[in-house]
Amino acid sequence: MSVVAVATASRRSRARTVTLVLFAAVLVMSALSLAVGAYSVSLPDLLATLVGQGDSKNEFIILRLRLPRLTMAVLVGLAFALAGALFQSLLGNPLASPDLIGITTGASASAVFAILVLGLSGFAVSGFAFAGALVVASTIYLLSWRSGIAGYRFVLVGVGIAFMVQSTLGYLLTRADVRDAQGALVWMVGSLSGTLWAEVAVAAISIGILIPVVVLLAPQLRMLQLGDDTARGLGVRVNVARVLLLGVAVALAACATAAVGPIAFVAFVAGPIARRLVPGISLVPSALIGVLLVVTADFASQHLLPGGTQVPVGIITGAIGAPYLLWLLATRRSRGEA
Amino acid sequence: MTESHTLTAAGLSLSYDGAPVIDDLDLVVPPGSISVIVGANACGKSTLLRGLARLMKPQGGSVQVDGRDIHSYPSKQLARLVGLLPQQPVAPAGITVADLVARGRYPHQGWFAGRSAADYAAVAHALEQTSTADLAGRAVEELSGGQRQRVWIAMALAQEPEILLLDEPTTFLDVTHQVEVLDLLMHLNRERGTTIVMVLHDLNLAARYADHLIVMAQGAIVASGSPAEVITAETVRTAFGMESLIIDDPVCGSPMVVPVGRFHHLG
Amino acid sequence: MSRRVLGLVLLAAGVVGVVLISLAFGTRQIEFPVVVDAILAPDPTNNDHAVVRDLRVPRTVIGLLAGAALAVAGGIMQGLTRNPLADPGLLGVNAGASLFVVLGITFLGITAASGYVWFAFAGAAAATVLVYAVGAGRGGNPTPVTLTLAGAAVTAVITSVITLVLLQNLDTLNQYRFWSVGSLVGRELSTVTVVIPFLVIGFVLAAIVARMLNVLALGEDVARGLGQNIVLARVLAAVAIVLLCGGATSISGPIVFVGLVVPHIVRRFTGPDYRWILAYSFLLGAILLVLADVIGRLVVQPTELEAGIVVAFLGAPVMIALVRRSKVGAL
Repeated sequence: MSVVAVATASRRSRARTVTLVLFAAVLVMSALSLAVGAYSVSLPDLLATLVGQGDSKNEFIILRLRLPRLTMAVLVGLAFALAGALFQSLLGNPLASPDLIGITTGASASAVFAILVLGLSGFAVSGFAFAGALVVASTIYLLSWRSGIAGYRFVLVGVGIAFMVQSTLGYLLTRADVRDAQGALVWMVGSLSGTLWAEVAVAAISIGILIPVVVLLAPQLRMLQLGDDTARGLGVRVNVARVLLLGVAVALAACATAAVGPIAFVAFVAGPIARRLVPGISLVPSALIGVLLVVTADFASQHLLPGGTQVPVGIITGAIGAPYLLWLLATRRSRGEA
Repeated sequence: MTESHTLTAAGLSLSYDGAPVIDDLDLVVPPGSISVIVGANACGKSTLLRGLARLMKPQGGSVQVDGRDIHSYPSKQLARLVGLLPQQPVAPAGITVADLVARGRYPHQGWFAGRSAADYAAVAHALEQTSTADLAGRAVEELSGGQRQRVWIAMALAQEPEILLLDEPTTFLDVTHQVEVLDLLMHLNRERGTTIVMVLHDLNLAARYADHLIVMAQGAIVASGSPAEVITAETVRTAFGMESLIIDDPVCGSPMVVPVGRFHHLG
Repeated sequence: MSRRVLGLVLLAAGVVGVVLISLAFGTRQIEFPVVVDAILAPDPTNNDHAVVRDLRVPRTVIGLLAGAALAVAGGIMQGLTRNPLADPGLLGVNAGASLFVVLGITFLGITAASGYVWFAFAGAAAATVLVYAVGAGRGGNPTPVTLTLAGAAVTAVITSVITLVLLQNLDTLNQYRFWSVGSLVGRELSTVTVVIPFLVIGFVLAAIVARMLNVLALGEDVARGLGQNIVLARVLAAVAIVLLCGGATSISGPIVFVGLVVPHIVRRFTGPDYRWILAYSFLLGAILLVLADVIGRLVVQPTELEAGIVVAFLGAPVMIALVRRSKVGAL
């Protein structure tokens, strides 16, 4: 084998090992999510039910309640994590993330508007959330364009817009009846409870379309990492590539937010955690970590509090994300990179 | 071995943020040779190189490769002809030498490419040419300045370009590494016939290594030709505003500029 | 020099003007002579007088104080961090204040705005310390982008916690949501007077720190070389920021962008001397916030738009324009 292949092989094998371990972890957590609960199912029964051989009670619990929820958790974990990893790579800053730059906030505000002002619910709200994210993202994009997109401008404009949107949200909350406001608040936090197969289907289709696009664009992302000039020198159409990749990232975040609300921090932490395990941009490990985070958080959200009270999953991911964020900021190298 | 490809600029005008830097410049780069662009700070030499490298869109005139405007080429096709090493290139954290060099194969890879045999061969050859094969598994950020620069050149080589543009490839290197990098470029030119165009800030190194020297001042070319023709006290005075004495480099015979300042002078 | 003094005089006149506007305009139109009477010779049976004294005077005073405090605090932050995008709201100070207010309402049953004061204060202080510590990282100054993001991230973290509490507690939500949009209404003057001493100390410290900021602006190494005690400067500046932000947030709720925008506008006229920047910011901040409050009263009659919301909608475009125009954030 050539010297090149040998050198890349060792790095590849580490990435492969990490990926396998993460995948195994996801499987374990998934099994736990399906099996454990107020009504626990044993492993053999679980497997039987999954292939259609279970009794009707198990079938109801697992196939109608838990499996759709788990599937949704996997889908949005994937989507959020990829969106975050793409953002962080494109904008050149590990702290940049669709939740911090106002995109998911825009989705929330839009959804809350739909709920409180238009009195909508269900899929209509999701539609508004999706549209809201896209509108905010396009606005940020247009406002930060100045013969090309510079990462820092995008981020700063995003933060400014985020605060403006948050102000709007605050306004909407003051004008509504307090109970409606609390209902809207739940939406703002992100929750997987009561997931229906119909919702899963919509999410699966929308996210499923976007994943292959990411795969297709991944080589261009690797080139962009080398800096704009070098990337141009290698024949990448830098501005086009960046728009497309940002667009896909926004779409992923928008779809996921529209489905379950803005689950905090998954987009933000998945990429950095993956990078510590496997150096370089690693989209697959990031995605797996996102899935693992959401599945685990959802499991915790159902079983953390006694008596069947559920904590919205967004709170749990926030509780994980918060200390991690602070640690990340505090241990940042003084040059301002992480 | 390689057919010679021509790189020319005609009536080229470039500006930054509305302020014109280069106006109506004509340039013919002799194919298969080493051309070096020199000049004082802010004379427009980097701007010219960036214009040649398609990093800037001209406000007037055009840059042409093989008679065709570079902006009309599909990006990847142009990248197979022209390679670029920009100033202070950025390597992502944790990337290994082999990986970085392999990225230079991008212009040759299609949408669904894996690594082909040709890719592996090109990368291995590039590593060999730049004597970086033994560094293949190391992280780029751990390398010394000279090693890193050689690795970036290897990446540009893996691209297998006919024309290689380099923007100040030696600026942050100590003298040993400067000579190392320039020797490598000379070797590439002599061995493969790659046309090399680079911006250098050191006039004497430029005189030593260039086949063709282009001196710029205030956005225009004030002299071009072989070093022997171009480097005169007069030219140095015009371009750098400095008095000097020109002697022959005792090592290789090219013209050498000895500056005359306030405290050290002739006589 | 005299041009700058002239500017200061004009701004002072502007403050007076804005106060008069604030007292006269609103959902209820009141003539100037009546306003004057209300202040000098109040008639307890006159409704107009009541409106002026009990509603408009307090909110005007709050607007002046909070606006001045936020603007000066923003100016100090920008000088201290050499970050043109520093603003107490953007950097999470408001979030800290909000968190403590929520905790106060929920766990200690505080219901009146006067009660919030101390909590807001403590929260703003805590957040300032946190962002400061985090922003300093392992030494050296973070880039503007990183600091802004750090503030956004800290705000996001705190917001998660706040949301958690609000979800469990309908009453808290009911009270908090009004406070959180940044309103100048609903506080009595007596509440405000409690905070005034802290604001005064804050302003005095600001005046002292201004000179030091001029030296710090040259970079730490140069500043040391010029004999500036960096630690002292940082501590004094931080204390000033805490007092001013804490005080402002406690009386008006969290308001973004004032600290960012005012020093920037001011800088165009004063140049980079922080003594002038802070002095001008003091006056312009007061004017802008009161003006925002008046706009809020007039735009959606017969209801009102809170001053904080008006400022957010006016301030965001300014911030974006700033980002577009300058080379801010380039590493």
